[in-house]
Amino acid sequence: MANEPLLRMQNIRKIFSGVVALDNVSLALERGEVHSLVGENGAGKSTLIKVMTGAYARDGGELFLEGKPANFRTPEDAQRAGVVAVYQEVNLLMFRTVAENIFLNCEPCKFSFVDWGRMNRETDELLKRLGLNINPKATLGSLNIAMRQMVAIARGVSLGAKVLVLDEPTSSLTEKEVGILYEVIRRLKAEGTAIVYISHRFDELYAVCDRVTVLRDGKFVATRDLKELERIDLVCLMLGKQREDLEKKGATAFDEHKPVNDNTPPLLVAENLTRGRRMQSVSLDVRRGEILGMAGLLGSGRTDVARAIFGADRTETGRVVLDGKEINARKLNDAIRAGIAFLSEDRKAEGIIPDLSVRENLTLAALPALTSAGVVSRKKQNEIVERFMRRLGIKAASAEQKIRELSGGNQQKVLLARWLCCNPKFLLLDEPTRGIDIGAKGEIQALVNELAKEGLGVLMISSELEELVEGSDRVVVMRDGKLSAELRGEQISQDSIINAMAEANQRLEP
Amino acid sequence: MLVAIGMTFVIATGGIDLSVGSVMAIASAVTAISLDYGAIPAVLIGLIVATAVGALNGILISSFKIQPIIITLAVLIAGRGIAQVISNGGQLIPFSNPTFEYLGKGLIAGVPVQILLLAATVGLAIFVFRSTIFGRYIAAVGGNETAAHLAGVPTVSTKLLVYAVSGLLAGIAGLIYTARLGASDASKIGDTIELDAIAATVVGGTPLTGGRASIIGTVIGALIMIVITTSFNMNDMKYSWSLVIKAAIILLAVYLQRPKTN
Repeated sequence: MANEPLLRMQNIRKIFSGVVALDNVSLALERGEVHSLVGENGAGKSTLIKVMTGAYARDGGELFLEGKPANFRTPEDAQRAGVVAVYQEVNLLMFRTVAENIFLNCEPCKFSFVDWGRMNRETDELLKRLGLNINPKATLGSLNIAMRQMVAIARGVSLGAKVLVLDEPTSSLTEKEVGILYEVIRRLKAEGTAIVYISHRFDELYAVCDRVTVLRDGKFVATRDLKELERIDLVCLMLGKQREDLEKKGATAFDEHKPVNDNTPPLLVAENLTRGRRMQSVSLDVRRGEILGMAGLLGSGRTDVARAIFGADRTETGRVVLDGKEINARKLNDAIRAGIAFLSEDRKAEGIIPDLSVRENLTLAALPALTSAGVVSRKKQNEIVERFMRRLGIKAASAEQKIRELSGGNQQKVLLARWLCCNPKFLLLDEPTRGIDIGAKGEIQALVNELAKEGLGVLMISSELEELVEGSDRVVVMRDGKLSAELRGEQISQDSIINAMAEANQRLEP
Repeated sequence: MLVAIGMTFVIATGGIDLSVGSVMAIASAVTAISLDYGAIPAVLIGLIVATAVGALNGILISSFKIQPIIITLAVLIAGRGIAQVISNGGQLIPFSNPTFEYLGKGLIAGVPVQILLLAATVGLAIFVFRSTIFGRYIAAVGGNETAAHLAGVPTVSTKLLVYAVSGLLAGIAGLIYTARLGASDASKIGDTIELDAIAATVVGGTPLTGGRASIIGTVIGALIMIVITTSFNMNDMKYSWSLVIKAAIILLAVYLQRPKTN
């Protein structure tokens, strides 16, 4: 066997309209290896996969398949060469049979008619080979999501995949179904297929993967053997922290955590929130004037908790009590009326209304209060807009400027103002300072601090550890859909948070 | 033009209403057979039915999340059928009811009643869109439905209402047309008007993706379309050429509005 890996990507570059999405990223896949690709949001995982499978053209670098330079122009090209991606949202034909789906576009033919007998027979053999018990003649729609996903994988295998990319394959599977997936992966591995496994769940990475490649901000960070890599080191690689740095805490000398007084009744209590595997019996409480920080890697369920409290998603179990009154968690408007505000992490998709003015965006949530007999009072609107633009230092040409023309920081301030003008009691802030400039960041942090002093309760989700350590009075850590730790006072440090992100259910001593 | 204003509201939410022509036909037929009860009850019945059909569109689209183009296409086909059933297989229903015909033929201080109605509707539509909470919700839903929902905007009822308004305006248009003709012609009335209404809206500067709307623009757009047809007629040019010119204008308008990429 040659030393050359099965697939090698060398110094890959990808630029989207001037923004570098991938910068000198290299990746090598060996035969029969399960290789994990990890990184936080915007690290470049999916871009790399799309370059690998021909969905994007690369702007630099080289790709070798079995030692030969390869240049895939389309995903079909890549498939023919044996590089196949199976995506999260399975795209198959719901009303056709399993066999038809597997052989779609490459049906076995006899005298230019489809050879149904052979197609079903071969499908059956293939599924058996993968250890799956699925009837080839069943329509895909009659199978559950897990089995559909297995069919998608089987389709990849039938195309002669040498490299199979699984993007978040377990995101919609139950524990038991994950076991089936592992078995399929084990068999494929034994056949010499290289598998790229993308997942945010550490338990899975350590259960099935041999090696891991870490990306951060579009750059290659490291490729390591998972057996020799401690979880905590993996988290450090993902977040770009040095382990030594973590230990010398207090470099910021901000340490002014308010002591938690367990006797004050909490402002908000969330109990037993559960939604599939994404969020499993999460309970937390926040007092008046307290900033509860929430840490967790992407996909750990941190956003799910915020959305559940706000009533944006249905939960299977759980209840939310604000100020002693239970909120009907199914209705978002009840949460708003009760005084809960939610700042989404995805400002563009879930926050701003791009073509409307600053004024319209700022007053959107407060409109009912500014309306009498269906007519919006322009005067009241202007008063509020003027007050909050001044208070938050929103920089815009005028209140009539379209919000999409503003900088990220100013957009975020407008969205914060959208809620503040409703006089909320409780703020859910999901990554309040992501992607905004340093100046605006400091201003928003100071504002949150001030709001808490005025008596609001705040749940602040952040992937920036400094922000959590300096800003929070308490920190809870989410891991794989569960709360894994609660840190108070002296316990709060970057080190302890990272430890809790990596390990399960551990109480950390300072 | 009334239809185009309703269409502008619908398109502002990012939707589309293909059923307007059939709604006109239903309103026309229902009113024509109810004229025995008197003009005013008949008009009310016609408008209520038209609004109900629009609301039905709205319920299916907003609550069941079916694509607007599919639902309203179904209603376009079914509605025309229903109107023809009511009118006994699409026969003309003639009537003689001066009170009702006043709607299409009457004058107030020398101005046709239908023009007054139109002017009032335009004024009201501009007011609703700019100054009422409903209008602002329409813009928010069309601009970014997810964000609007998370900000507490009642997206479902906003969309439902928009289609009801479109139905109501189509109903009014159907009645004016019927009154002018002096008969209900269920198989012809409002035929392909949905296309003219969409064209007027787009030419007037309301993008099909929603989020923005210009009532005045739609009025101008509709006028351009009417002027082209009429001037071709008057100058004795072939009608078919006017269609080509209209198409060219639509393309030009869309070209000028394409989003600027930087």
